[in-house]
Amino acid sequence: MTVATILEMVLAAVVLALGVWTIAARETFAATVGYVAYGLLVPLIWVRLDAVDVALTEAAIGGGLGGVLLLGAAARLRPSEPATAAETPGKIVRLSAAGASVMIAAALAAAVLLLPDPAPTLAPAAVANASATGLANPVTNVLMAFRAMDTMLEKVVLLLAIVGVWSLASDRAWGGRPGPRHQAGPHGVLVFLARLLPPVGIVVGIYILWTGANHPGGAFQGGSILAAMWLLVIMAGLTDTPAVGGRWLRLVLIAGPGVFLIVGLGGLCFGPAFLAYPLPPHAKPLILIIEVAMVSTIAVTLGLLLAGAPERSDQG
Amino acid sequence: MTDTTIFGVCAAAAVGLGLYGLITNPQPLRKIVAFNLLGSGVFLLLGVVGRRGAAAGFGNDPVPQALVITGIVVAFSATALAVALLLRLFQTAGSATLRSDAPTSAGINPSGD
Repeated sequence: MTVATILEMVLAAVVLALGVWTIAARETFAATVGYVAYGLLVPLIWVRLDAVDVALTEAAIGGGLGGVLLLGAAARLRPSEPATAAETPGKIVRLSAAGASVMIAAALAAAVLLLPDPAPTLAPAAVANASATGLANPVTNVLMAFRAMDTMLEKVVLLLAIVGVWSLASDRAWGGRPGPRHQAGPHGVLVFLARLLPPVGIVVGIYILWTGANHPGGAFQGGSILAAMWLLVIMAGLTDTPAVGGRWLRLVLIAGPGVFLIVGLGGLCFGPAFLAYPLPPHAKPLILIIEVAMVSTIAVTLGLLLAGAPERSDQG
Repeated sequence: MTDTTIFGVCAAAAVGLGLYGLITNPQPLRKIVAFNLLGSGVFLLLGVVGRRGAAAGFGNDPVPQALVITGIVVAFSATALAVALLLRLFQTAGSATLRSDAPTSAGINPSGD
């Protein structure tokens, strides 16, 4: 057994232990902290699986933004905990649930272990067609060209999610500002970090977007880093969440799917099919334009999804 | 033992754990967390399958990787919507119970309000 194998086994064991803690912990807040730790370690597994693009996304969204979302909700729902904790199902239900879960986990493990060898793969196809776009990162190629429809519809899902969250506002706060107005001591660590980190974070976010054409990175990873910087400034009280009725805000929200759709329709009008890109020298600039529109939409949407439903009127 | 064996079993166990938590935990937020754990296990399974399909100089098949990246973002937006629904339920009803619904129904389902 090599050192790498032992490290992988330790990593898998720690991740699973955190998963057990997430499910078994008595307090919701403690369980959520366990899940955040889990979400920060899972990217290491992705790195070991040689999927650095996924590792970046999982770290930024799964561990970072998702953790903030769930921890915030756990803190706000703490008063409701004793009442619902009394509704724990009986022993029979729990035993049969455990049985069903073990069976499904065993079936999945068996399926993974018994997969055919050599495994089917689309990697050679992705390499063979890489010249069609002029991008060197195969994952960006798949996201932006070969499976562009998925990515475009995913932008629409983000838009639908934000519409769903906003529609939960009360009449009084309709079109107003999400979440409470954050206050922090002007000499505290949070305010200090909120002044120190965003310049670095913004540069890193834009760099990750730019480098995504040829190296691991891309619009999702860059966008979530930009969203995190924005949220940091909001949480430190240096700025307020925007009123969701604002026109510029809504324009940014539809920029990503909108530009994608226009380019797609352009492919239908001037090319062979919906979302067909022109030949290499023109494909890459077009994809970059879509990615720039996407990164602003992703950053603003992720930040607003985290901020939640409007709770104050525009003036408040 | 290869990395795909170790992480494949780990991913399958995460799915099982998440499923158990989703069924047995009565608190909606815990159901959401458990559902995320389940989803993370499914993503990892996809990553392991992609790792086995390493070819043409890549350590991992790029197609499942792109699907997982899309999936992570969609899972986050569904989680944010579920949390917003739950906070609104708590705000209007003063409690966060799902008891009037079927107790074992999935708490993550946005239409299950």
